[in-house]
Amino acid sequence: MTRDEIRDIIIEIIQDIDEEAEFDGLDADAPLRDQLDLDSMDFLDIVMELRKRYQITIPEEEYPELATLNSCVNYLEPKLQSVAVS
Amino acid sequence: MSFTPLKNLKSSYDTIVIGSGLGGLTCANRLARAGHSILLLEHHTKLGGLATWFKRKGHVFDVSLHGFPYGMVKTCKKYWNKAIKDSIVQLDNIVFDNPQFSLKTSFDKEDFVKILNQKFQIEMSVVDEFFATVNKMNFYDDQSMTTRELFEKFFPGRSDVHRLLLEPITYANGSTLDEPAITYGIVFSNFMNRGVYTFEGGTDKLIHMMQDELVANGVTICTKARVNRLIIEKDRITGVIVGNKKIHAKSVVSNSGITNTVTNLAGREHFSPDYLERFDAVKVNNSSCQVYFGVKQGERFDDVGDLLFTSTAKQFSSEEMLDMQTKSRTFSIYYPKTRPEKPDYTVVASMNGNYDDWMRLDDTEYEKAKVDMIERSYNDLERYIPGIREKVDWVEAATPRTFNRYTLHTKGTSFGTKFEGLEISRSIYKELPGLFHVGSVGIIMSGWLGAINYGVIVANDVDGYLRS
Ligand SMILES: Cc1cc2nc3c(=O)[nH]c(=O)nc-3n(C[C@H](O)[C@H](O)[C@H](O)COP(=O)(O)OP(=O)(O)OC[C@H]3O[C@@H](n4cnc5c(N)ncnc54)[C@H](O)[C@@H]3O)c2cc1C
Repeated sequence: MTRDEIRDIIIEIIQDIDEEAEFDGLDADAPLRDQLDLDSMDFLDIVMELRKRYQITIPEEEYPELATLNSCVNYLEPKLQSVAVS
Repeated sequence: MSFTPLKNLKSSYDTIVIGSGLGGLTCANRLARAGHSILLLEHHTKLGGLATWFKRKGHVFDVSLHGFPYGMVKTCKKYWNKAIKDSIVQLDNIVFDNPQFSLKTSFDKEDFVKILNQKFQIEMSVVDEFFATVNKMNFYDDQSMTTRELFEKFFPGRSDVHRLLLEPITYANGSTLDEPAITYGIVFSNFMNRGVYTFEGGTDKLIHMMQDELVANGVTICTKARVNRLIIEKDRITGVIVGNKKIHAKSVVSNSGITNTVTNLAGREHFSPDYLERFDAVKVNNSSCQVYFGVKQGERFDDVGDLLFTSTAKQFSSEEMLDMQTKSRTFSIYYPKTRPEKPDYTVVASMNGNYDDWMRLDDTEYEKAKVDMIERSYNDLERYIPGIREKVDWVEAATPRTFNRYTLHTKGTSFGTKFEGLEISRSIYKELPGLFHVGSVGIIMSGWLGAINYGVIVANDVDGYLRS
């Protein structure tokens, strides 16, 4: 998967969790939590969805890696390298 | 038919959930949606655990539907469905009435700020700083400060303010002034923040909607099925024994109390000395007493508020609130709006209670203690709804013994364990691979919202285990 594809998938997952999430003007380097009003339960949903779709395990200690859109992409890139978009 | 009889169950499932409290129900639903095959076993004849109701003489009484935080809206939408979310409605009038103050509130942050500042004359900067401090609290923060210390820091000597801020939380989860301040802060920020909410249609409607959702997602549900023991082979969980039947599973989620789970379902011999040492230090929370009043068809009374925190005790004291003779009780008043399809007036008085106090009594003393409690509740209720005695056609009491009988919980605990139980619950799978626990623990994971959210958290752990 390319970085852009990973980015789109994260946005898609967040939109499934919260259809009101507004991505226009999102700062990819600022915390998603503040900008989209996500709470810790929402992050858990993201983790569970990534595991379901791509069998990626994200240990609890590494949840902070999902803080911003860019940090998500950086963190997931090596894990999704060999996965094709379905 | 949404329930499957024991004899028709398959011999194995991905996950077996023991117990259908809100934590167990939500965990089962979440795992089923993630594609796992799930069996839900419940010892009682109906689902819901403490989220329950019963029928008498045409009335439906709700046991634990007194109010929950706004967070339920988002949680029900995400983890259940839109119809469930759409039935959540706000309770507008919350009343406090005690020798120190009487007031009416919408139970949101804005109103509490106003009350603290205008009625209790607390400087705005102090109020703001208090809210900022509690809002920032996390469960992994330092636990050394107690709620008593937190209150003394912001409102020294103001027992009236302490009462306003703590009394609802003491009813909601048995907290005292000596609990870690973080447990207070987390619950307060959720609960006394955006109002109190209820489920229109009552507990029976909610649980039936959840039942339908579970069935739609493929969960096999079996009631009147009490699990006696877990099957443990080579230090991991491989199934459960229910009646004289063995059912296998890759993982088991216990929604039975944490103390029952370790001691009775698994057995202490399967845990490390270090874990048992921490386990033995876990304290369970208090239990409850309730008195249920049903008003004759055709009778009515005026709107006196939805939830009344009442007391004739001079000052707040969590010990006083636990006493069998307590002068402190909440009244939940249910008007026809609660069940628009089946309009009725009912009242439930709730008190905290100690299992040991009620267990000490012999049968005659027990019956008498219940009658006395009903009498005291009537006397208090008369002050808010004059003439209520003549309008009631059904009255009955529940005690810690009742809660123990229906849920099997140790000492009839209403709100699981104190804070230290959370870590024991969360780490049980490290001791016994394949075993998970869900249900009221650690104060912050109790109540309807806490139990449901904890169900989601544990479902994530189980899903990770099943996919690894
Ligand atoms: C009087 C009272 C009033 C309350 N009021 C409110 C309120 O207004 N708002 C609020 O948010 N919360 C309230 N609560 C708290 C709330 O109801 C609970 O925190 C929540 O419902 C607990 O859910 P749980 O998942 O921990 O499971 P529980 O409800 O404790 O259910 C556990 C289930 O497991 C089953 N079980 C146990 N052992 C076995 C076994 N071996 N085999 C099979 N099944 C088993 C039991 O039968 C039970 O159904 C109240 C509680 C009480 C007691």
